[in-house]
Amino acid sequence: MSAVLAVLMYATPLALAALGETVVQKAGVIHIGIEGTMLAGAFFAMLATLATGSPWVGLGVGVLVGVTLALVSGAFALTLTVDQVVVGTAVNLLALGLTRTLFAMRFGASGELLSVQKVPSWQGLDAVMVVAVLLAVATHGVLFRTSWGLALRAAGEYPQAAEAAGFSVLRLRFAALVFGGAMAGLGGAYLSLGIAGSFADNMTAGRGFLAIAMVTFGRWKPVPVLGACLLLGWLDGLQFTFQAKGVQLPFQLFLALPYVAALLVLAGMGRGAHAPAALAIPFRRTR
Amino acid sequence: MKKTLLPALGALLGLTLALVLTLVAFGMPVADSLGLIWEGSVGSSGGWMRTAVKATPLMLMGLGMAVAWRAGMYNIGGEGQFLAGALGGAAAAKLLSAVPALALKPLVLVSGFVWGGLFALIAGWLLVKRGVNVVISTILLNFVAIQLFEWALTGSLQEAKGRTPQTDRLPDAMMLFRFDRQNDLHSGVLIALVAVVVVYAILFLTPTGFRVRLAGENPQAARANRIPPARYQLIAMALSGGLCGLAASVEFLGITGQLAKGFNQQLGFIAIPVALLGNLHPVGVGLSAVYFGGLFAGSENLARFSNFGTTVMFVIQGTAVWAYVGVRTVLERRQLAGAEVES
Repeated sequence: MSAVLAVLMYATPLALAALGETVVQKAGVIHIGIEGTMLAGAFFAMLATLATGSPWVGLGVGVLVGVTLALVSGAFALTLTVDQVVVGTAVNLLALGLTRTLFAMRFGASGELLSVQKVPSWQGLDAVMVVAVLLAVATHGVLFRTSWGLALRAAGEYPQAAEAAGFSVLRLRFAALVFGGAMAGLGGAYLSLGIAGSFADNMTAGRGFLAIAMVTFGRWKPVPVLGACLLLGWLDGLQFTFQAKGVQLPFQLFLALPYVAALLVLAGMGRGAHAPAALAIPFRRTR
Repeated sequence: MKKTLLPALGALLGLTLALVLTLVAFGMPVADSLGLIWEGSVGSSGGWMRTAVKATPLMLMGLGMAVAWRAGMYNIGGEGQFLAGALGGAAAAKLLSAVPALALKPLVLVSGFVWGGLFALIAGWLLVKRGVNVVISTILLNFVAIQLFEWALTGSLQEAKGRTPQTDRLPDAMMLFRFDRQNDLHSGVLIALVAVVVVYAILFLTPTGFRVRLAGENPQAARANRIPPARYQLIAMALSGGLCGLAASVEFLGITGQLAKGFNQQLGFIAIPVALLGNLHPVGVGLSAVYFGGLFAGSENLARFSNFGTTVMFVIQGTAVWAYVGVRTVLERRQLAGAEVES
């Protein structure tokens, strides 16, 4: 497997979640629950594949889990206008608790080495990796080249305007949230079925939060967001290359670079950093 | 009195119900499990002590979250501020090791507070001066802190032997006073209780606290009264990060005596529901921290006899937050509807 494909493989779960979150944030919603969504996706996808033997069913289940969590989150964050950060936190806690508990109860005692059918690949390239790359281009096209994308972005910049133009901000944001949930679920499923072929406790290890960071680093534009994810995957891999070659480098500082860079970009751009203006602000329709 | 007592009882009932339902949902023997949780948390003196030990960092960090969120700063960087405080505490302990332990202990605690506070101020500054969303900046800063922490553990703060990425263990004289050699109960518990009183006093008895709350609840009103919300958001953020950093140095001097990977134990995230379910009120946060500390200690006891363990805490926290926000929103709506009918 070539090095390029290896980087792409490790970046794929992150990229899927980050691209989903890009659309969600463009619509004005910050959903920090994608960490939990990914974890739940990874776990239930693994269970489904274990039961059916088919990784495709597993990927489907991952998506389904993501959509379900997004609908519940939407009911609270959008319909009831509960604070988005609170809703996301609840999703994360619930997913972490649920997967850990179920995993320990089902597999904890046996100690059997859990191994499931992986997503089939050709020369190191598999369908999900292709989907992730195509998705970046497709979401870019939809967000910036269609009228629906314009409405969606309006919901994130100036929801009153979208509402006045005859769009339902609630529906737009729900659609974005469901898409984001589906992608985070798929990303999680790919983590267990594409990369690991197994499941481990808390296996996302902050990748959902990482995805949110990458959305910021890519400045809310799908193709740069994919680029940011690939850069991170490459840096991550470099760490092991350096170690193998015995290069002495404080690689932790090296790994902190993308986050420091993202903070500097945000600080440097100030309010012009292309963050959606109505991000995290609940929308209530006035009568 | 009735006004505060009833919701508190309701919350306790709701949380217990959530616990029972969770046990049922996972097919656990309810009575036996509850018995084990009870015994491990409040049903024995040893249990009470473990509850207090577990509740201590939750209380300090929950208070920290409450202060920031009251000011409208959605600080989810508790994890990073905790680690920054841990580094501050360990750095002070190492650099000032010539200072006698009795004087050094408070310095370590203060250093933890200061480092945590300064680290949180980065996010505060980014919002106030550059308009960067606090949720995003604190997430990014969490990753920076984790890498800095691990870098320090392999570098300047690493043990003298230089083998494992961890600090040298503190001498016994440096540890916080323990009431009894047989268990972990340390005097840091008192620090957490004092913090409840101090944070209450700051938030509700001082003009600064009033302005902090006003900056969060109604920034327009604050500005109209020539109160700059930005300044009070910064104060809230510094105090919030400071409390998280203090939690770390208390944990360092009280329990571990040593920093190693995983020191943060995801406390930064567990503290958020502690603060929320405590209604962002210092006394509420204190009670909620004791509840979750007890649940933590109790479920550890349960984990000794089954595959079902401390992870149950996350499930309870998750469901409890859903239920809490759901009920509160419905009640608020009913109130609003009632007000409209009256006018």
